[in-house]
Amino acid sequence: MAGVVPKISFPSSPARISGFTSPRWPTCKFTSLSRSTLSRASLSVRRASSASTISDTFSRLKEQGKVALIPFITAGDPDLSTTSEALKILDSSGSDLIELGVPYSDPLADGPVIQAAATRALENGTNFDGVISMLREVIPQLSCPISLFTYYNPILKRGVEKFMSTIEEVGVRGLVVPDVPLEENESLRKEAIKHNIELVLLSTPTTPPERMKEIAQASEGFIYLVATVGVTGARASVNLQLQSLLQEIKEATPKPVAVGFGISKPEHVKQVAGWGADGVIVGSAFVKLLGEAKSSDEGLKQLETFTRSLKAALP
Amino acid sequence: MTASATLALGNPSLDLAKPLPSSFLGVWIHPQSGLLRRVGFASPSSGLAVSCTMTKEVTAVEASKYENPGFGLRPDSFGRFGRFGGKYVPETLMYALTELEEAFWALSKDEEFQRELEGILRDYVGRESPLYFAERLTEHYRRSDGQGPHIYLKREDLNHTGAHKINNAVAQALLAKRLGKKRIIAETGAGQHGVATATVCARFGLECIIYMGAQDMERQALNVFRMKLLGAEVRAVHSGTATLKDATSEAIRDWVTNVETTHYILGSVAGPHPYPMMVREFHAVIGKETRKQALEKWGGKPDVLVACVGGGSNAMGLFHEFVDDRDVRLVGVEAAGFGLDSGKHAATLTKGEVGVLHGAMSYLLQDDDGQIIEPHSISAGLDYPGVGPEHSYLKDIGRAEYFSVTDKQALEAFKQLSRLEGIIPALETSHALAYLEDLCPTLPDGSKVVVNCSGRGDKDVQTAIKHLHL
Repeated sequence: MAGVVPKISFPSSPARISGFTSPRWPTCKFTSLSRSTLSRASLSVRRASSASTISDTFSRLKEQGKVALIPFITAGDPDLSTTSEALKILDSSGSDLIELGVPYSDPLADGPVIQAAATRALENGTNFDGVISMLREVIPQLSCPISLFTYYNPILKRGVEKFMSTIEEVGVRGLVVPDVPLEENESLRKEAIKHNIELVLLSTPTTPPERMKEIAQASEGFIYLVATVGVTGARASVNLQLQSLLQEIKEATPKPVAVGFGISKPEHVKQVAGWGADGVIVGSAFVKLLGEAKSSDEGLKQLETFTRSLKAALP
Repeated sequence: MTASATLALGNPSLDLAKPLPSSFLGVWIHPQSGLLRRVGFASPSSGLAVSCTMTKEVTAVEASKYENPGFGLRPDSFGRFGRFGGKYVPETLMYALTELEEAFWALSKDEEFQRELEGILRDYVGRESPLYFAERLTEHYRRSDGQGPHIYLKREDLNHTGAHKINNAVAQALLAKRLGKKRIIAETGAGQHGVATATVCARFGLECIIYMGAQDMERQALNVFRMKLLGAEVRAVHSGTATLKDATSEAIRDWVTNVETTHYILGSVAGPHPYPMMVREFHAVIGKETRKQALEKWGGKPDVLVACVGGGSNAMGLFHEFVDDRDVRLVGVEAAGFGLDSGKHAATLTKGEVGVLHGAMSYLLQDDDGQIIEPHSISAGLDYPGVGPEHSYLKDIGRAEYFSVTDKQALEAFKQLSRLEGIIPALETSHALAYLEDLCPTLPDGSKVVVNCSGRGDKDVQTAIKHLHL
């Protein structure tokens, strides 16, 4: 299929923390791309993070019969030091993976809550270099892996290669780029593989079944299943279509599937986990909490309580 | 998709009786002879199965029509013009974009659709628009030795709603109806595209929602009123810089949320594929008419084409027909606002860098962190930090030249055309007219210059009142 790089699977390298030596997922045909990266991958750089990879995190949770709790927050809202504290609290209160949003001026996939957070963060001077410095300090203190959520233009500005090597160096494990679909992600995939970053792809309710399978095949870490036809933002209830979507996607692939967009309460989280999701992503609810709190400290306290309540609703 | 029957309309000595309201009709100009051929198609393709994955068979064959040695595919089947273009949108929209593209190709072969579109362009929009010899403007640029270029204005300002925007709005509304979408959304800067969209929605009985930056709503109040009068809902966008780029982002978000019921009538040759190609095709009638009219008036082709560039739709509409005629110069004029060094301008092709905005890889104005910056221009329609990917491509390959003029220069030109020809141009158009100051002194005697008079200036009187002391 034109434009799609086949999923490349290779055995865990010595530097990874993993109990598994064989590829977890079916291998596809190897291209010459993968041959050269195979050798590169086994010479991994010693990482700043002690956290597992995203894939390994999901494997471990599956063994334990658990569902991953994946919060999302916007870096720099209200400020980077609060973000740094928030990451630590999220980590210690039961998060299994954390998505960190890089603020951007034109976030197409985001609803008003995350848009506003991005605007506030940019207004107080948050920029990519600032986010990286913050991560360099905080990631070594975290036990769960960090994944970045960013739009494509900031990546392009730096150059895909430079971007990937920078985030690898500070210990980021994963990346989600919502405005780069399958057809356009070749260079991202190439560089992500080279730098041991798992590039997570999104599938949505409007994605036709065949395409969904291709996305599942190409995605690394997990598959991000968007729960609704829309942008980010809390909804009153979970889209009922999600149940059959989850079933379909799980029949199509053994890879872990995490559901996000619109999920904001313990009840939602429980419902989605009950339908078979391997992970649940909660974004706007967290962002709103931090953004609306009267002070950073209060926000952080509420963050902890909220995280624990979500964790309690999950197996 | 080759023609089973070709009819040569007219002969090289130009007796063309039938006007060509729509370029979409698959009328091709043979590069060497200048013969206009109406390409006959077989029955409308009913067997076009909508492929679930990103099939390229249909689109690759169609795309090959645009191949020209030296200029490559414009666009290729991935929607790329060289390295520009593409589809950088959330996954939720990908299927809708494929569906749109396939509908577009299907309708390009649908004779009934073509006839309907042709009829509307003729009887409702008022095409074909005249190619007017601007006698006094020509005299103004005549040098002391009596030599100078001949200046013609392509009167898109005479179209229904007062700008070129309606060409695309009409065609896309018809397309939306074919797709069974009853709800239409659009973004608008100056309000002209918003008015055109509201107009066609009224004409075709479609629900219409227009996103407009709060700042723009203030400076184009007349157009806001018109849209409401036409039955559209105008939603103010306060996020970001509250101008065109934010309205576009908000329209995209609406489309992501309502994609199953809604068609997004994008107003320019920007955005994800297939929009840059589609919008160009719908405006290409401008260039096709110009070729015919030029043949009629002086038995030749234009030497220079000049058009203002915001997103680039009126420019692409005029240029496209002539891209393969290397002896025709293509000149695009952007907004330099307060000056190129002031940091307050919208001269994307001069000062921008390549990046991704609103679904396309193109030149855009961004800061060191990769954030999109707020541009400035006195004219809301040029106040866009991006530009259509095809313009980026034409610039890179050196086929088209791009310059810019300041707010001040545009206002001068606004006054000048009013005084010399009794035509009040839009402030956007005034940028193209302003460039004549630099261009005309360099042109040989008798050069034929066609300026796209993309819109009329009634909507700009409030701004003009503020700035001009008359």
